[in-house]
Amino acid sequence: MDLANLSVLLVWGAATALAVALIAFAVDLSRLSGAKVDARDAARGREQVTVGAGGAEPGLPYGPDGGTDTGTAAPGAVNRKLAGIGMSVTWLAAALLLVAIVLRGVAAGRAPWANMYEFALVGTFVAVAVFVGVNTRRDVRFLGAFVTGLGVLFLVLAQQQFFVAAMGVQPALQKYWLVIHVGVAICATGIFTVAFVTSVLQLLRDGRDNGSPLLGSRHWGWLDHTPAPSALESLSFRLNSVAFVLWTFTLIGGAIWAEDAWGRYWGWDPKEVWSFIVWVVYAAYLHARTTRGWSGTRAAWFVVAGYACVLFNFTGVNLIFNGKHSYSGL
Amino acid sequence: MAREGRYVPEGIADEFTQGAPSSGEGQPTPNRPAMPALGLVGTLRWMWRQLTSMRVALMLLMLLAVASVPGSVLPQRNQDAAGVIEYLADHPTAGEWLDKAGFFDVYTSVWFSAIYILLFVSLVGCILPRSMAHYRALRGRPPRVPFRFDRFPAKASATTDVSPEEAADAVAARLRGKISWLPMFRVDRGEEPGRGARGASSPSELASAGPERPSGRPASATVSAERGYLRESGNLVFHLALVGLLVSVATGQLLHYRGQAIVTEGRGFANAVVDYDTFEKGAWFRPESLVPFSMTLDRFVSEFASDTVAFAQARDFTAYVTVTEPSGEQRPETVKVNHPLVVDGAKIYLQGNGFAPDITVRDAEGEVAFSGRVTFVPQDTMYTSRGVVKVPDVSPGLDQIGLVGYFLPTAEVEPDGSARSVFPQPVDPLLVLEVYTGDLGLDEGTPQNVYELDTASLDPAVEDSGERVKVLARPGETVELPDGLGTLTLGEELPRYVALDLRHDPSLGFVLVFSLLALGGLTVSLFTPRRRVWARAYVGQDGATVVEVAGLARGDDAGLQAEVDRALAAVPDPEVERDPVVEPDPVIEPDPVVEPVETRTRSEKD
Ligand code: HEM
Repeated sequence: MDLANLSVLLVWGAATALAVALIAFAVDLSRLSGAKVDARDAARGREQVTVGAGGAEPGLPYGPDGGTDTGTAAPGAVNRKLAGIGMSVTWLAAALLLVAIVLRGVAAGRAPWANMYEFALVGTFVAVAVFVGVNTRRDVRFLGAFVTGLGVLFLVLAQQQFFVAAMGVQPALQKYWLVIHVGVAICATGIFTVAFVTSVLQLLRDGRDNGSPLLGSRHWGWLDHTPAPSALESLSFRLNSVAFVLWTFTLIGGAIWAEDAWGRYWGWDPKEVWSFIVWVVYAAYLHARTTRGWSGTRAAWFVVAGYACVLFNFTGVNLIFNGKHSYSGL
Repeated sequence: MAREGRYVPEGIADEFTQGAPSSGEGQPTPNRPAMPALGLVGTLRWMWRQLTSMRVALMLLMLLAVASVPGSVLPQRNQDAAGVIEYLADHPTAGEWLDKAGFFDVYTSVWFSAIYILLFVSLVGCILPRSMAHYRALRGRPPRVPFRFDRFPAKASATTDVSPEEAADAVAARLRGKISWLPMFRVDRGEEPGRGARGASSPSELASAGPERPSGRPASATVSAERGYLRESGNLVFHLALVGLLVSVATGQLLHYRGQAIVTEGRGFANAVVDYDTFEKGAWFRPESLVPFSMTLDRFVSEFASDTVAFAQARDFTAYVTVTEPSGEQRPETVKVNHPLVVDGAKIYLQGNGFAPDITVRDAEGEVAFSGRVTFVPQDTMYTSRGVVKVPDVSPGLDQIGLVGYFLPTAEVEPDGSARSVFPQPVDPLLVLEVYTGDLGLDEGTPQNVYELDTASLDPAVEDSGERVKVLARPGETVELPDGLGTLTLGEELPRYVALDLRHDPSLGFVLVFSLLALGGLTVSLFTPRRRVWARAYVGQDGATVVEVAGLARGDDAGLQAEVDRALAAVPDPEVERDPVVEPDPVIEPDPVVEPVETRTRSEKD
């Protein structure tokens, strides 16, 4: 079997692993929410105690230096074994995907991120890697179901819709900037993905805490086991700021490359327009965070809007508009 | 804020600079800017304050994002002029309105410009006062030690045997860091007189209240420290760089020029306005700024993939040229896609290529009516290329001739007579032309597109069956034109042409520098923690020295408590006690450190 086909198989393997992890994480969450009421109450009591002990922000279930796991520490806790299995399988998925990407690059004889299929693979890998990476420093297993869920979705979409055979690229793409500009853009996208998931949880948790009738039901009980909205917001902000800096670099690198490849550094090509929109929306997010009356929940909506633009920039712009960026073939 | 005379933009939620630590999310405070008693100056000032407020900056940013969208949905004149014409034809009514409102030139439209200009006015109005305030703050000292530490998000305390002065010195030294010329913190070591009615409360009360004594305190040695001035510096550099970027881009627009020339192998062009097929320039462009070099295209080489996976995909284009400087000096150069050639500050890009076969037309009288290279523009990846030959100079009394059709590098003729190219290289070249006669319309003086044949007053040559006559020619062949119009010869050689784009923009360096400054400023600003740390050391009730440290950070700062702990750890021989005020039930944390300070230290000393 040649490398390109092996790569495709490994992607399916990674998708399967992510699906298994998704199930494990989801069952874990539902166990948390379905746990007997007294267990939940006990967990709540414990949470408060932990806060006192750590001297951390109210409602922050992990200490500032991370690692305090309220889920498993105390007696009466829900068994989080499934979350552990989910993490291991997610690691496996990341490894499979990495090998798949490397093989794809070897088969094509270039950096493996020159078309939508490859963007999707690498972007998913970055998101999963950021998730498992952050999890080594603090417990973010509550993100697992969502990150792996999106990962499965992206990989299956990539295989079914975006697949193209591995091959070289046209002269306009033959430059080291392909490696830098596109590589950094995908990293940013992966990090934006994890930050987006965090912000969505923040919004849900905030809704539940504020007595939203929709989110108040038993089904959403697992939300009580996520960190407080302020802690989620701070995690999301940290991820978003890293991704935003990378995105800024993507714009600058893209402009430098466009100057050489197309003879102008900026030409309002649809891809450029949407990259600019993404940048401006996240800049607005950073302003919203520090604007009186806009921080917290409202700022989180900017993350949702920004991520919607990221996804559109990634898919819609390539598929709908006919700009200079479309020539990479899907 | 007032204490330090810091400028903070209207509407910014900043607990750090306002010195009021609080947890939770910033809620809208009731003291919003009220409308002042009106008056012209008052109103203007009020409007200015609104414009430079954070809230308005936020709105303008979102507006800018929304206003950018239509330009990606609708065709834009500067990129796709043909698309605009098509759109206008398809949507006559809506199109006209959209056109009037500037939707086909979004990024130069009045409303788009208004948004970003307002944004930048707001930016300047916001950034200049902040820069001034920051300049003062850079020379300022860390804020004084607050009276009470209990409100702060991070705090720690310990007792030690050394004197309060020694303890405070140790904390100060740790905060300053090891590198003397690059201190981590800006640090002030101070002394504080005793405070409050010390004797008012009984010693036992004091002891049980821990070191956090609301009622009074003996004379203390203090440390106040601040780090992260770079955060604001980075932020200001970032915003100022954005202004610089805008100014550079605008200047570039005014000074730039761009010319396009089509050059065939063996021929050349000179860098002069008249030598370009199209020439576009900024308002401040002067023709003298064109350095009069010239250039010849010696050879053009293209490579295409021939494997099955990527069949016929372009792999490499190279134009080999000779540049002649005004001094007469000549040198060979190459121009490739992605690798523009720089000559005298101007960049020359390889933007397109194709075939420009030699075509000779003799009229019915045998006179040469046309002879020259004709540019055929590729229509697909296989270089099925379209071109037009206009033959106005026929012998007197004859009809003018127009030829339109395709050049196929590797022709495949279908049974139905249609033909297309199946490979981009000239493996089996074929020229397929239809013939028109009549008036080409060239004499009326209206400018015509050389790539289009206006067939309004021309008649096609048809077979008896009514089908259009197709003239086929291979390299080196001479073929008869229909209806005895004459002959056509396709040259043996198939010269290539390249479309060159020459551009000069003196602002490029500035654009790059400001972009990188913005990136650098942004990074510094987002990742520099801004922290204040205070410490106070005094002799406690039992004679041991109590050291308390508190920290405050800007925004969420996961490392703040660690910073405070690190500062406290500098105290020689410490007995750490964490957070005595909120320490909960010792059952949860049965670590001995939560035992009352006094008992433990005393027992150790004894
Ligand atoms: C071209 C428009 C603007 C863009 C693209 C922009 C972008 C940004 C970005 C990305 C940040 C976060 C990074 C950092 O902290 O340095 C930021 C922060 C900030 N911006 Fe802007 N900005 C713009 C206009 C303005 C205007 C008009 C104001 C004044 C009202 C302003 C005030 C601020 C302030 C005060 C911060 C710091 C927030 C904090 O304390 O963290 N900006 N800006």
